Amino acid sequence: MATKVLAGVTVEVNEEGFLVNPADWTKEIAAELAKEEGIAELTEAHWKVIDFSRQSAGTTGAAPTLRGITSGSGVSTKELFSLFPKGPAKKVAKIAGLGKPEGCV
Amino acid sequence: MKKIVILGAGTAGTMVANHLTHLMDLNEWQITIVDEDPIHYYQAGYIFLPFGVGNEKKLVKPKQEFIPSKVRMIQTKVELIQPENKKVILQDKTILDYDFLVIATGADIYPEETPGLGEHEWGKSIHSFYTLKSAVALADKMKNYQGGRIVVNVVENPIKCPVAPMEFLMLSDAYFTKKGIRDRVELIYATPLSGAFTKPVASQLIGDLLSSKNIIVEPDFYTERVEPDAKKIISYDERDIDYDLLVSIPLNKGADVIGRSGLGDDLNFSPVNKHTFLSDKFDNIFVLGDAANIPTSKAGSVAHYAGDLFGENFVRYTAGKELIENFDGHANCFIESGYGKGVLLDFNYDQEPLPGRYPVPGIGPFTLLEESRINHIGKLSFEWMYWNILMRGRKIPLPANMTMAGKWVDWEKRYRKN
Repeated sequence: MATKVLAGVTVEVNEEGFLVNPADWTKEIAAELAKEEGIAELTEAHWKVIDFSRQSAGTTGAAPTLRGITSGSGVSTKELFSLFPKGPAKKVAKIAGLGKPEGCV
Repeated sequence: MKKIVILGAGTAGTMVANHLTHLMDLNEWQITIVDEDPIHYYQAGYIFLPFGVGNEKKLVKPKQEFIPSKVRMIQTKVELIQPENKKVILQDKTILDYDFLVIATGADIYPEETPGLGEHEWGKSIHSFYTLKSAVALADKMKNYQGGRIVVNVVENPIKCPVAPMEFLMLSDAYFTKKGIRDRVELIYATPLSGAFTKPVASQLIGDLLSSKNIIVEPDFYTERVEPDAKKIISYDERDIDYDLLVSIPLNKGADVIGRSGLGDDLNFSPVNKHTFLSDKFDNIFVLGDAANIPTSKAGSVAHYAGDLFGENFVRYTAGKELIENFDGHANCFIESGYGKGVLLDFNYDQEPLPGRYPVPGIGPFTLLEESRINHIGKLSFEWMYWNILMRGRKIPLPANMTMAGKWVDWEKRYRKN
């Protein structure tokens, strides 16, 4: 596993840049991860999704799926795509410091 | 008598019924299996039908033929599962009590979940091959196809047999080349994944294979809707792709009864322990095959390896012992790549597909993540094995768990040498 300095803290990341330990996550790290994903600034709308996802992962142990986010947070799929362009489920999981959603092959 | 009820007599349910009949003392246990459809489909054969290959009549057999005579088989729809009361309610209101329930109700396509998809153009300019009927209808369309853009679109993951869309594209490339009109056919793969496949090495190698066949991948494409009259698919981020023929892999979901009974996730797949198949919610319910939410391929090969391990584990469990967490997510997928060749993938939860040889290291005969004729022959001969070995509850002498032997971790070095 590689390490990386994010917001002044050394953290472990996997080959795709996901935090290995969700406990390492801070709001500052989230902002830096967001920049890596091409999101310059995290707005209130972004935080609503991130907070929901961290909460959901706290209960289920895994990053929520796209459907899990839309049905649970009340943010529409369309809005989710404009907040986190391209693969929102994956981007949200990364920025929220959760593992890559257990997708299926 | 203690009672086991199995819901679903498809690939997974049939294997479980056979294994448990061999393993359980039937003087103590009564096994019942319920399915509304009397026909068993060999779904792995659908992929060839659109290209006029294979006989659709050989892909169906009566389910009854594969259910042991000691198992009671009921042909009806399941209305509701009441896990708290350990009861299954059938359509005619008959109640089945159980001590243990095995859910093997599979997954199916839901075109109606995507606006514009399952409407007036379905069966005309929009097709699929995920059911026997749709695969047969697509064969007609392909036969008369004169050229234009074919878009293969996966609406959302997970889907059954995640390699099938790529097989369809590669077989199309060969099919239209043979017809002499490949230059008039554009082949596009619009997928919600960021590449051809989820895992890096396979994504790269299969991506290369697709591009060598002039198949264009449009990644990160999440379909919001289809405009059937304008012949376009539109993504949530407002990209649109025109098509002349849309070959859709519609949203896949688990059975509605799973959702109705409170046993499913957002897509009616049932959350279970991914190593034992025990339900997260109830300690007397197991979910096997495509119906479970385990993070591996929804495929018969997974159900097969899972079923082999499940039988003995279940016997142990009913004797009051702990379940062994022994299933590793093992899957093999034969990918038809056209011109009588194929590619084989072998992987599990932790290990991504790599190049190499299978099942005998260094020898094969099958080639992992590499095209070969023998892989194609493997896929074809699997049909016989499916009906005569797997569905009879017999075992193929291959280990259920994946092995690293024969996989080339240093594949890049080996390939450079050649």
